[in-house]
Amino acid sequence: MAKRAVAPAPLTCPVPSIASDRVQLGHGSGGKMSAALLRERFLPHLGNPVLARLGDAAVVTIAGCEIAISTDTFVVSPLEFPGGNIGSLAVHGTLNDVAMMGARPLYLTAGFVLEEGLPFDLLDRVVRAMAASASAAGVPLVTGDTKVVERGKADGLFVNTTGVGLLDDAFRPGPDRARAGDAVLVSGPIGRHGMAIMAAREGIAFESQIESDSAALVPLVERLRLSLGREVHCLRDPTRGGMASALNEIAAASRVGMQLEEAALPVPADVGAACEMLGLDPLYVANEGVLVAFVPEALAPAALASLRSHPLGESAVQVGRVVADHPNLVVLRTAIGGTRIVDLLPGDQLPRIC
Amino acid sequence: MKYLSEYRDAGVARGLIARVRARATRPWVLMEVCGGQTHTIVKQGLLELLDGAVEMIHGPGCPVCVTPLEQIDKALRLAADPRVIFTSFGDMLRVPGSECDLLQVRARGGEVRVVYSPLDALELAVRHPDRQVVFFAVGFETTAPANAMAVWRARELGVGNFSILVSHVTVPPAMTALLSASDNRVQGFLAAGHVCTVMGWTEYEPIAARYRVPIVVTGFEPVDILEGIWMAVCQLEEGRHEVENQYVRSVRREGTVPARDLVSKVFQLVDRKWRGIGEIPQSGLGLREEFADFDAEYRFGLTAIQVEESPECRAGDVLRGQLKPFQCPAFGERCTPDHPLGAPMVSSEGACAAYHNYGRFRQARPAEV
Repeated sequence: MAKRAVAPAPLTCPVPSIASDRVQLGHGSGGKMSAALLRERFLPHLGNPVLARLGDAAVVTIAGCEIAISTDTFVVSPLEFPGGNIGSLAVHGTLNDVAMMGARPLYLTAGFVLEEGLPFDLLDRVVRAMAASASAAGVPLVTGDTKVVERGKADGLFVNTTGVGLLDDAFRPGPDRARAGDAVLVSGPIGRHGMAIMAAREGIAFESQIESDSAALVPLVERLRLSLGREVHCLRDPTRGGMASALNEIAAASRVGMQLEEAALPVPADVGAACEMLGLDPLYVANEGVLVAFVPEALAPAALASLRSHPLGESAVQVGRVVADHPNLVVLRTAIGGTRIVDLLPGDQLPRIC
Repeated sequence: MKYLSEYRDAGVARGLIARVRARATRPWVLMEVCGGQTHTIVKQGLLELLDGAVEMIHGPGCPVCVTPLEQIDKALRLAADPRVIFTSFGDMLRVPGSECDLLQVRARGGEVRVVYSPLDALELAVRHPDRQVVFFAVGFETTAPANAMAVWRARELGVGNFSILVSHVTVPPAMTALLSASDNRVQGFLAAGHVCTVMGWTEYEPIAARYRVPIVVTGFEPVDILEGIWMAVCQLEEGRHEVENQYVRSVRREGTVPARDLVSKVFQLVDRKWRGIGEIPQSGLGLREEFADFDAEYRFGLTAIQVEESPECRAGDVLRGQLKPFQCPAFGERCTPDHPLGAPMVSSEGACAAYHNYGRFRQARPAEV
């Protein structure tokens, strides 16, 4: 291979994470700071072989059955946004984490931290949305807990959900199973949830009709299970940190490189325009109803066909491939033919000045 | 998106690259002045496509990179003050000062807010009369008019709790400083389209004439940049050294006169330190005497704070194209993207960070076959 004189560089500013003695917002971003928080503050004390795998959900064996368990806490502001609210999000998010392990979600639990003064009509809308989302997925919410804190001690409402699901021996997607020669597929348009929240959030004056993509991905996963089974190497829902973070994590876990095609990325025009105005990159914006699937390239047409057979996946496309070159690096080929590294962000994506 | 998609057309861009490669009889060394242009060059991977025909040196035009440590430390001091709501463009929040950054100050209880315009900060001051609202006024001539407008409006409205921490820099003195160095390698410039939208290009005419360098006022989309490069290469091949305007849809020779007038009413030229380069005489904008009430440095008694940059950093040599980043003794050892000593390592748009990642990319590749 010819030696390249000029190599791709990442686009984002890798500005320093100076050692800090307390928690910063960036620790919740899903980027390098979140990984460091987990590695330095939690794993040394709580580590065990199951936790050490750090998947979207834990896999444990109970009475001979393999079970996937996942828990997630939701702290979104505003509580209601175009396309959903914190309740539907809390159900979808956890169902999706269980589903990405290849498990069929069976039960949900929920915990609520309510702030004194929260209007009942808002709470009712949130709970109704949870019920509708859970029943649409056919997964009952079987136990829960409520706590109330003084005004000012919580941002209206925090929700935690836990999901359990049953694993299938013949369907084992995992973050470490991506292989050179796999196609990288994405089930739908990216960046919608994050930009819907941004647009709805007070303080950013941006007129927009962008709706969150929040949805349970269970039916898409079920279609992939039936059509490809074990040949589905890896599934991931790129939530916080967006596509870029999800793909970097998989590249690292599987010790492979990836090459994306910029022209193939399904960035909706309104999301692209909003990102442009706000100085953000849609590859790092959160999704809540999109999955990324890794399958052998020869099976990509079959996988795409099965994804497209459901409304959630009707615009599924291949966006890139897994390569043996440059392990741990995700590289994007631009429409013009140049390349750049799509790196993990240090913390939250910050709007650029120019 | 009219005026956008046509400037991102991959076919047009590839055509321009082919023309530049065919026209260049030798490798030319150009500098793009503005960080926004560097952003596009990196985002589109243009460097490798031009390799051999044009070498791009990334100029000092990233306001995040060149804001001196001293001003960052003043910002940190203000943000930690319980009386203050400190407001800033987003990407300044992570720039390291001597000991921490604005995000860490926020974690310790300082009130730091991201705004998209200084006028939003002014509005915040009106809404919170019991607090002091400070806006971090960084950037080149591009952001100066809005900052001038915020101060002007604050005076008109009699808003006594609004002030700005000024760290404005201007482009022409930096270009002159680079060109007058005896070891300068830059043979032509892409001038910053948005700076020139405000200021026009008359200031660049004497620079092009005196140093015999082509200067092409250039936009920010890939086709803009490649057309700017094409125009500069044509001048170099033909032995011309003129100011030309690629960004005709935005820039006129005299600039935007009302904006320039407002800037000169509110600001005056002052000496200014540049991170990694040092002080350049008359290279910055500071508030005029009559607006001193709106200068956060006076209001909060910060004028005496002086901070030295790391003497290890040889950013000036790198920015002049004299020193390749990997030739710097601190490169990759004491100076990394996670712990930068100077401007070019702070942003990936900076040359040192770009080279740092190049090394990472090469290391990650299997042995060449």
